[in-house]
Amino acid sequence: MERDIIVVSRELSISKHRVNRIKSNTFRQSIRVFSKDRLAVIGAVIVLVSILSAVFAPFIAPYAPNIGDGSKRLLPIGTPGHILGLDEQGRDILSRLIYGGRLSLLSAIIPITFMFAISLALGLIAGYFTRLGEVIMRILDVLFAFPTALLAIAISAIIGSGLTTIMLSISIVMLPYMTRVVYTSTMNEKNKEYVEAAKALGATKFEILFKEILPNVLTDIIVYTTTLMGTTIVFASGLSFIGLGIQPPDADWGRMVTGGISVLTQGAPHIATIPGLVILIVATAFNWVGDGLQSALDPYKRTQ
Amino acid sequence: MIVSYVIKRIFYMIPILFGVSLLVFSMIYLIPGDPARMMLGQSASPEAVQQLRDKLGFNDPFIIQYGAWLLDVLHGDLGTSITMRIPVTAFLIPKLLNTLILAAGGLIICVIIGIGVGIAAALRKYTWFDRIIMFMAQFGANAPAFWLAITLMWLFSIKLGWLPSSGMYDVRTGDTFTGLLEHLILPAFATATVSLAVIARLTRSSLIDVLNAEFIKTFRANGISESKIISKHAFRNILPPLINMIGLQIGYLLGGALFVEVVFNWPGIGSQIYASITSQDLPMVQAGVLFIAISFVVVNLINDVFIASLNPRLKN
Repeated sequence: MERDIIVVSRELSISKHRVNRIKSNTFRQSIRVFSKDRLAVIGAVIVLVSILSAVFAPFIAPYAPNIGDGSKRLLPIGTPGHILGLDEQGRDILSRLIYGGRLSLLSAIIPITFMFAISLALGLIAGYFTRLGEVIMRILDVLFAFPTALLAIAISAIIGSGLTTIMLSISIVMLPYMTRVVYTSTMNEKNKEYVEAAKALGATKFEILFKEILPNVLTDIIVYTTTLMGTTIVFASGLSFIGLGIQPPDADWGRMVTGGISVLTQGAPHIATIPGLVILIVATAFNWVGDGLQSALDPYKRTQ
Repeated sequence: MIVSYVIKRIFYMIPILFGVSLLVFSMIYLIPGDPARMMLGQSASPEAVQQLRDKLGFNDPFIIQYGAWLLDVLHGDLGTSITMRIPVTAFLIPKLLNTLILAAGGLIICVIIGIGVGIAAALRKYTWFDRIIMFMAQFGANAPAFWLAITLMWLFSIKLGWLPSSGMYDVRTGDTFTGLLEHLILPAFATATVSLAVIARLTRSSLIDVLNAEFIKTFRANGISESKIISKHAFRNILPPLINMIGLQIGYLLGGALFVEVVFNWPGIGSQIYASITSQDLPMVQAGVLFIAISFVVVNLINDVFIASLNPRLKN
């Protein structure tokens, strides 16, 4: 009996070369599906531009972000030399947006990437080992009992304000949601036939979890994480907006909106509204990329 | 069956509420600095601080302090505000009510307009109208609530002067219902927009799915009018996922309200937590967080029971 299984498994095993060819085909198919989705491509371009301009901020930004010219306060959009105008302290809004992008993107990308790894491990374990999973998910249920914004505010109230605070509170707030996505899809996958087959072939629990289930769970969490990136940028900017995040004179996009409130009645609405618009566009772009990835990573749509 | 479900669901709430209370209580431990020193000010002598610590029980073991605190909370005593020196509970209850009014206003807006827009788009699916609406909904779902609040405030209060920009009632006419409505519209819209977009998208996609179902084709073949098909048969079938989604949005509305309140000076828990964080009034922050978390848990319970009561399989 055992011998038969070994023979069958040898016959089924495919040469490494062929596996590599299938993999590269899959990649090319995914790219093809993704590039056909117009919004996904536009989204990817917006995301890329915002990341690149954040990385190369010192080379791109026309002015220093925190140095203002008091005589040029509140000048409107289209002022010569300052395309987006000047803020309440006479600072160039475009330059502040470019530098602010560094903080806004960092405060979303770093915690979500970390939590991606942690939620993946936690969700896989919780989904596969039923009893342990029950305990893990019950603990996370407590975090679900707080509206996300409230939980983040409470955490920030405890540890004070700043970039680290935003990143830490986002990590804690988003972990239960991300873990639940992995948990649910692990629960769905673990009873499927291919897992049974792997068990019959004598795979260890470790192999089943990481070689069989993980690749099938990965799509869901990649798509969810991408979309969550947008939500998180909005969320982080909200924390900075109410003063729990980035502190002046530095500003992320949320903090820039705060600065504009005081001059709203002085005929300068662009100072508060432009950064919000940027948050909105970048967050939506992440959503489009997420939607595109969902089709691109779906094996059925990919091979159509 | 429904009764046993409700009982089961209430029992399920107990460990969650326990965890919530533990987290909220731990805030006082996690916060840097000595709360006793915060109450007495920096000039107080170390002996006085030590005395107050003994008096307040800060030197007792964690579990005893938590027990004492929980007992007080169950009696409705959430401590005394450090800056205002008044009992926190009595002060926060009217504010909780104001936050719930704002969230409820947002809920009404996002349900009525969200479902309406969703149906309108589904009935004109793949037309320009549908595409523009859905494109707007994609942006709406990502709009930061505080930014919407400011934009609406600038346009409708400052520029057009149609609606008030701050507070909850008109100071001159006193607490009137029309005054409340006037003050509620802008903050409620700012709170509701994201949920409105999400509900509109879900309504549209589920209605399109249902209208393609076989049983709808049968109704059409029998000559039942389209409006009756939609209002009586199709709509009923999209209700379960829709109500589920609306329930999920309540947490978002409560959270979004916290930000919007700050912009519009709405006298709710959000503004209060914000002010109390600034003045380092920890008992007030704790109580505010606990109030919102408990209302959230209770609202979720009501929502789950409501969904269950619609499920015919749980009725008999």
